[in-house]
Amino acid sequence: MMRFLLLFSRQGKLRLQKWFTPMAEREKKKIIRDMTSAVLARQPRSCNFLHWKDLKIIYKRYASLYFCLAIEDQENELLALEVIHRYVELLDKYFGNVCELDIIFNFEKAYFILDEFLMGGEIQETSKQIVNRCIESSDMLQETMEEYMSKPAF
Amino acid sequence: MPAVSKGDGMRGLAVFISDIRNCKSKEAEIKRINKELANIRSKFKGDKALDGYSKKKYVCKLLFIFLLGHDIDFGHMEAVNLLSSNKYTEKQIGYLFISVLVNSNSELIRLINNAIKNDLSSRNPTFMCLALHCIANVGSREMAEAFASEIPRILVAGDTMDSVKQSAALCLLRLYKTSPDLVLMGEWTSRVVHLLNDQHMGVVTAAISLITCLSQKNPDEFKTCVSLAVSRLSRIVSSASTDLQDYTYYFVPAPWLSCKLLRLLQCYPPPEDGAVKGRLVECLETILNKAQEPPKSKKVQHSNAKNAILFEAISLIIHYDSEPNLLVRACNQLGQFLQHRETNLRYLALESMCTLASSEFSHEAVKTHIETVINALKTERDVSVRQRAADLLYAMCDRSNAKQIVAEMLSYLETADYSIREEMVLKVAILAEKYAVDYSWYVDTILNLIRIAGDYVSEEVWYRVIQIVINRDDVQGYAAKTVFEALQAPACHENMVKVGGYILGEFGNLIAGDPRSSPLVQFNLLHSKFHLCSVPTRALLLSAYIKFINLFPETKATIQEVLRCDSQIRNSDVELQQRAVEYLKLSSIASTDVLATVLEEMPPFPERESSILAKLKKKKGPGAVSVTELEDSKREGGELNGGGDRGQDTATMAASNASTPSPSADLLGIRSTAPLGAAPASAGSLLVDVFSEAGPTAPSAAVNDDGFLSSAPPSEDPAPPLSEADDLLNKFVCKNNGVLFENQLLQIGIKSEYRQNLGRMYLFYGNKTSVQFASFTTTVSCPGELQSQLNVQTKPVEPLVEGGAQIQQVLNIECLTDFSDAPLLNIKFRYGGALQNLTLKLPVTINKFFQPTEMTSHDFFQRWKQLSQPQQEAQKIFKANNSMDTEVLKAKLLGLGTALLDNVDPNPENYVCAGVIQTKSQQVGCLLRLEPNAQAQVQHTDSPERVSHNYSSIPNFLHYLSPYSVNI
Repeated sequence: MMRFLLLFSRQGKLRLQKWFTPMAEREKKKIIRDMTSAVLARQPRSCNFLHWKDLKIIYKRYASLYFCLAIEDQENELLALEVIHRYVELLDKYFGNVCELDIIFNFEKAYFILDEFLMGGEIQETSKQIVNRCIESSDMLQETMEEYMSKPAF
Repeated sequence: MPAVSKGDGMRGLAVFISDIRNCKSKEAEIKRINKELANIRSKFKGDKALDGYSKKKYVCKLLFIFLLGHDIDFGHMEAVNLLSSNKYTEKQIGYLFISVLVNSNSELIRLINNAIKNDLSSRNPTFMCLALHCIANVGSREMAEAFASEIPRILVAGDTMDSVKQSAALCLLRLYKTSPDLVLMGEWTSRVVHLLNDQHMGVVTAAISLITCLSQKNPDEFKTCVSLAVSRLSRIVSSASTDLQDYTYYFVPAPWLSCKLLRLLQCYPPPEDGAVKGRLVECLETILNKAQEPPKSKKVQHSNAKNAILFEAISLIIHYDSEPNLLVRACNQLGQFLQHRETNLRYLALESMCTLASSEFSHEAVKTHIETVINALKTERDVSVRQRAADLLYAMCDRSNAKQIVAEMLSYLETADYSIREEMVLKVAILAEKYAVDYSWYVDTILNLIRIAGDYVSEEVWYRVIQIVINRDDVQGYAAKTVFEALQAPACHENMVKVGGYILGEFGNLIAGDPRSSPLVQFNLLHSKFHLCSVPTRALLLSAYIKFINLFPETKATIQEVLRCDSQIRNSDVELQQRAVEYLKLSSIASTDVLATVLEEMPPFPERESSILAKLKKKKGPGAVSVTELEDSKREGGELNGGGDRGQDTATMAASNASTPSPSADLLGIRSTAPLGAAPASAGSLLVDVFSEAGPTAPSAAVNDDGFLSSAPPSEDPAPPLSEADDLLNKFVCKNNGVLFENQLLQIGIKSEYRQNLGRMYLFYGNKTSVQFASFTTTVSCPGELQSQLNVQTKPVEPLVEGGAQIQQVLNIECLTDFSDAPLLNIKFRYGGALQNLTLKLPVTINKFFQPTEMTSHDFFQRWKQLSQPQQEAQKIFKANNSMDTEVLKAKLLGLGTALLDNVDPNPENYVCAGVIQTKSQQVGCLLRLEPNAQAQVQHTDSPERVSHNYSSIPNFLHYLSPYSVNI
């Protein structure tokens, strides 16, 4: 299974964290530190895999964002890379040419999309169409820009 | 202005996020956050009831603040309120908050559980999915208690929507992993397996994760999944790339599901059903074939997905380890990847080949890639790839390529990443020892290790080289010469000084003939390093000096002077000072003879598991190395340095961290040159001697050797009886005295006497070492029903057994009724801190209570005929291995305890015996005929007996008899 997924920027700013097993806050913070420093220190054109404790770390950079996925030892590294890629595709499809800012400002959406795709550290649905349909249907209550602007700013 | 917002956006949230982003400093950010927290708190506490939208927005802001790394101590209640909202987006934010900020507050959990319960029973699939996600995300025990029985029902219900099924399967998996005791197997389990046949690929993909986990834990209950998985896999593998619509990923049909299916099959052995197996082999071949086809897309996603399946298929092939053809194909495929331009593939190929190297079918095929792997070690830019190359070299190493591989690893060490040097050093040390043909190569290698990576050479490594040099006299001269040369270097590592000091102190005399390394030159060389060394090394050197005084009397004056100087004799370090004072005194008052005795050459070390290997295993964590190591030792065990047998190797490995000396099965195959325990003492009577004549150099040492191994798990529980306990027992069927057990530490002798149904046994425990055994305890137990059949009494022994001493224990034995098991003797003691624990069977057998009975031929055959019922007789035909010598046979039969009757059988070749077994409750008469057939070297034994219910014990002692006859 997958243990956690972290998204962070080239500056090491955490943009999204998803933990598939319960963990103490202190431990999470330590892992985040370890992961950002380990991944950011990697030379370009290195392979996308690292061993870390008893886990395999699979990471990939998309534009300014690093996606870093920890999987258990017997899991398949190449497939984990494609889990990351499929998630990026899903974000892209939803936001339309996704960028880091989309994930900052709509972090809750990024979580919702992830939840449709993965659950409990396993793949729930690999079909892009089906996941997108789920997300879109939850956005049925979309507001017009006018309504949006009339809402209080605080 | 918010950059982007889509869907049900929250303007206030976007403004807040942008404010935070515009903060110039950490302080400004904290200030802004505190302001916002105060605002939210007042809104939540305010009199005016908040509408759902505002509540959602504020909860979402809190979540954002939390994700920035700040603590949040309120808002949980508002989030729980959102759960019961009818608006999907509000509910969704509520669940998200709960999932991210799990709170163990039990009252809150009850409320959350209530909301989840409502959503699960709402029949609204989106609400149900949200609830299931929340359970999976939190996965707490309370939730498992509340929902573990409900979710399986949702999963297999006929009217459940596909998306809910997917969520339910993975939610159940989560609960099963956290609280397996709460997820009860039941009627649903068989239906879950059939989800593998589901129409909807998404359902299969989600369900298979659950099925795989359940199969790992309960393989038998789920084994029907094998054939279902094979047929599903076969359908996917043979489908065209467009057949599976959206489940085709970059022209690869259902890569995730394919990998999961292959992973599920790895929970089981190869299918027994020929058709299923054939179909599976076909799938695997197709996957291997597809790897050779030109890619359908240039995209990396295509090749990743395709190769993910390929690697998973190779894992399955390795797991089966039974299809040589597929194994070799897999190896060739990986060989291609070794030179692939994709770093990822090179990395994975190296990793995967490590496991292939441990299969006997593919080991040779892996070895053919040695040059490529060495090249990878030298040229890969990425340290993780180089690391995998080093691992693979280690895995593929055997006798044929050890020198090359060790040399390459040594030269890699010079530039290796600091993070992996220690592991590399351990690996080189292990390979050098394991595959050493000549020990001068071994010594060279270890000294090179110290030279190149001295800082990373742990104590285990240099201790080990010293042990080996001391135990092998053929390498001592060479070692002395080599360390002497190594110490010539102006700067040499402290570990080199340690090894040098130790070896020259022991064996400096072997090179002293050469004027270039005369005693004084050796001493001056060592002493020139002294001042640069740490205290422990200096202490070691001082001991080397006193050894020099013994080896080379001509250095005495010089060394005494050194010891006498203030920096030694008044050293502020108490250990150094004490050594200097004592050594000085010793050298001045002791006569040469006394000095020679005190400073005698070190005795050989008891052979033990290489502590280096134990260390490597510890470093890597359990499992990481041991599996391949075990494989290695299985493959290599037989041929290595004439080392012990394979079983022993495995046993040593299993007792990985045991520091107990294991007399033989040194994993690395180096046997002590010192003779093991003396031949068994023939303390017995004439009869005994006759029976143990199998050879005075009897293999008892060998037998006891592995006995010790299997008997020494470092546990407080009594060890299980030695595997050869029965053999030991059989030795004593026909004799009462002798050595019951012997290993490097302990010898146990036995003297026993029996009269009627009573017996007395004297046990002698001899400490063969020079070190005290502490906490020495022995326990005699009668397992199972033996408790009611045999009464054994004894007094506890003294807990301390001094080195070289022997202690005695007396057992009183009473036979209550017939029995077939032997009582167990468990011995525990501490030797040098390590707990020794072994269990033997005490040679108390039913025949010990025989009373010989004389009778005439007439009486004998009359009784013989009366005992005609099937349960009253037993017959056994067995082959004698050696010539059937009359006297030997007679002695054995007498030893059995019966009377040997002459002139009874009409055939003078036959032996006839009679006796009565005396137990407290009854007496059992036994008659026995042994009919040797000299031509066929076969003997018949007939043994009717009088009391029918006693049937069970008779075949037993016949059984004892048979190995003896065979040994004649």
